[in-house]
Amino acid sequence: MSAVATHLEQGHAATHDAHAHHDHAHHSVSFIRKYIFSTDHKQIAKQFLTSSLFFLLVGGAFALFIRWQIAYPGEPIPVVGKWLPDTLVSSGAVQPGFYTQLVTMHATVMIFFVIIPMATGAFANFCIPLMIGTDDMAMPTINMISFWLVPVAGLTIMSGFFVEGGTAAAGWTNYPPLSASGTGHMLWVIGIFLVGFSSILGGMNYLATVLNKRAKGMRMFDLPLTVWALFITSVLQVLGTPVLASAASLLFVDQVFHAGIFIPENLLTPTGGLFPSGANVGSGGGGQPVLFQHLFWFYSHPAVYIMILPIMGVVSDVLATFARKAIFGYKAMVFAVMAIAFLGFVVWGHHMFLSGMSPLLGTTFMLSTIVIAVPSSIKIFNWLGTIWKGNIHFTTPNLNALGFISTFVCGGLSGVFMAIGPIDVYIHDTYFIVAHIHYVLFGGALFGIFAGIYYWYPKMFGKMYNETLGKFHFALTFITFNLCFFPMHMIGVGGHMRRIHDPYVYEFLKPFQPINQFITIFAILMGFSQLILIFNFLWSLKFGRPAPRNPWRANTLEWAAPAHPGHGNFDRDITVYRGPYEFASPESKRDYLPQWIRPAHIEKEEVVAAEKH
Amino acid sequence: MSSALSLAHEPVTGIRHGKLGMWIFLASEVMFFSGFFTAFIILRNSNLSVFAHGASELNWPLAALNTVNLIVSSLTMAMAILSLEHGNKSKFQLYMGITFLCACGFLVIKYIEYTTKFAHGIFPGTNSFFGLYFTMTGFHAIHVIGGMLPIGWMLAKSFTKRGYQDWERVEILGLYWHFVDLVWIFLFPVLYLIF
Repeated sequence: MSAVATHLEQGHAATHDAHAHHDHAHHSVSFIRKYIFSTDHKQIAKQFLTSSLFFLLVGGAFALFIRWQIAYPGEPIPVVGKWLPDTLVSSGAVQPGFYTQLVTMHATVMIFFVIIPMATGAFANFCIPLMIGTDDMAMPTINMISFWLVPVAGLTIMSGFFVEGGTAAAGWTNYPPLSASGTGHMLWVIGIFLVGFSSILGGMNYLATVLNKRAKGMRMFDLPLTVWALFITSVLQVLGTPVLASAASLLFVDQVFHAGIFIPENLLTPTGGLFPSGANVGSGGGGQPVLFQHLFWFYSHPAVYIMILPIMGVVSDVLATFARKAIFGYKAMVFAVMAIAFLGFVVWGHHMFLSGMSPLLGTTFMLSTIVIAVPSSIKIFNWLGTIWKGNIHFTTPNLNALGFISTFVCGGLSGVFMAIGPIDVYIHDTYFIVAHIHYVLFGGALFGIFAGIYYWYPKMFGKMYNETLGKFHFALTFITFNLCFFPMHMIGVGGHMRRIHDPYVYEFLKPFQPINQFITIFAILMGFSQLILIFNFLWSLKFGRPAPRNPWRANTLEWAAPAHPGHGNFDRDITVYRGPYEFASPESKRDYLPQWIRPAHIEKEEVVAAEKH
Repeated sequence: MSSALSLAHEPVTGIRHGKLGMWIFLASEVMFFSGFFTAFIILRNSNLSVFAHGASELNWPLAALNTVNLIVSSLTMAMAILSLEHGNKSKFQLYMGITFLCACGFLVIKYIEYTTKFAHGIFPGTNSFFGLYFTMTGFHAIHVIGGMLPIGWMLAKSFTKRGYQDWERVEILGLYWHFVDLVWIFLFPVLYLIF
């Protein structure tokens, strides 16, 4: 292996930097370069995966605190309640201030540190170079920086818990003027800026890699849908994230100097108001809080697609492989992703129907939003077409992928409700929204992420995960997930607010307490079910049976690489001869025909390719 | 383990990875500054007098001088790339040096502008116009500094014994440098010339 790697390194060096040539002449990598500041895309993917799984547990713990308070307000948090300081809890029960911090941090952690890094960090890093048949990313060093910004950003935001006034507490959307004061909000803004930079650097790299480093013979329409989805997601990352960065910068200026960019004039008075004077507060300019919402959602709506499109790609690959059928309507799938991405940029206003925008503008946002249902339906239809009459294998990745489709349809349909302005006015900021977001982001993105983790686990670690535990994890998660989130639709329509410390101060919400307790019980069960995944993950690393080269008998290029690919990925030259979904091809006696097998050698090579461990 | 393994082949698009990456990065940068310009347009329309008054307090002749400064540096950057491509080391050093000096000059003038404002009691917190003014010009200045680091590094390297030959890399830096120049071309009229 090292001979190959050295050869690749030298090829790389010769092409890109003549001076670095001698540095790579012998391939001995120190521990730090190999495991910590690694530039190998697989290692970076594993780093993203590990940090995301860690933050998943953190964000999940926050969610359980929230659920406990909603179900049993005023009662001490079991086990951990007595360990928390008095600034956060009073005699073990969540205080209102802590509650808003929990709500904010749960969403912030889950969105910016779990789903986005998992979808675009872990999967993009792992899959893109392997699936396009190349040795590494186009810009490995930038890739490394892209990962290391994430823990720095995470620590910055988390350190908010230890400053005066606590961490950010204005909701994950962090609207000013509420967010325009306090150290916690400043740390939040800095953290978001850093994690956004990570996202931009990552997206840059993925675009350049897909465009420039595809294996010989591989056209754009030979790319697996995972790569296509990641490619288009990268466009969203590159063009959307900087707008969040500029909004965050302006918010920071407001926080530090009270400039009045987002802070309205009557809150910015020299003698009082929310922001009492400094010598620097002058005439003031009428700041526009709604401007922040526009800038924020210009990024954060595409961010929804950053979280879901890669997962749609992963699910497409998993479904095709385990239904042993070609993807139904491959090009339609690609164009649907493009359409979703494009429409994603022109619908941000549907988050702001209640911000006081012109009803005419609201209507255009409403129409453009409803149009997104068309490409989304194309995808759902094509997935169903893919598994229709297929030879479906109910492996853990496939179960999770099927779980994705069913919950995503549910979340997508409740999304259509919200897209319609008059209905949204009623359900805005209720638990209906909470149910919707969790159906698309937990039920959608996270099941897809589980599918991806199980699907590529053999290639990532060279070991097979435990199938029984995997199925057990899926079954428990799927059942508890639905029992936890489905009732939220009902209490939402009943008027239960989205963020409220103690709902039962309102008479009309009192009857919902038993439902809330029901939800909380299943939320706790769901949270602890994830320990099965963690256990399976760690146990299989040590005790899993060694993975074969192509355990799923799939067609895409990553399965041409050795079972546990080292630096440089491949031990053979890769030339692509066909599309990624040649299942049940008449050319071959087997039910699959990988992309890398030469037409003349189909009979001979496929035995070697598939069976060689 | 054949020796014919050639996964790291020539870029498919024919454009070097770094250059392609830079173009993508610049697209991202356009969106970053667009956010500021959007905020500027929206806030200006609701605070016309504050913005007109603010703009009139800015020193436009100094900014005009800075505009010339950056345009010259863009020109010399282009000539530096050409010189290095033709292997003319001393001309490369000359043009790259002028580029670096222009960038320094830009920052010095920016420093004079900022300190004069501070002396007159004008800070980013004065009003929304100056909040935007300091944010936009500040981020632009950070971009200028970000360009000066590789310019200085390449220049210093070309004076060493091994010299600096990678003109394509200078070209990639040049893309960035022209972009920084272009941002200023937008900032100058928007901030200084619209009363």
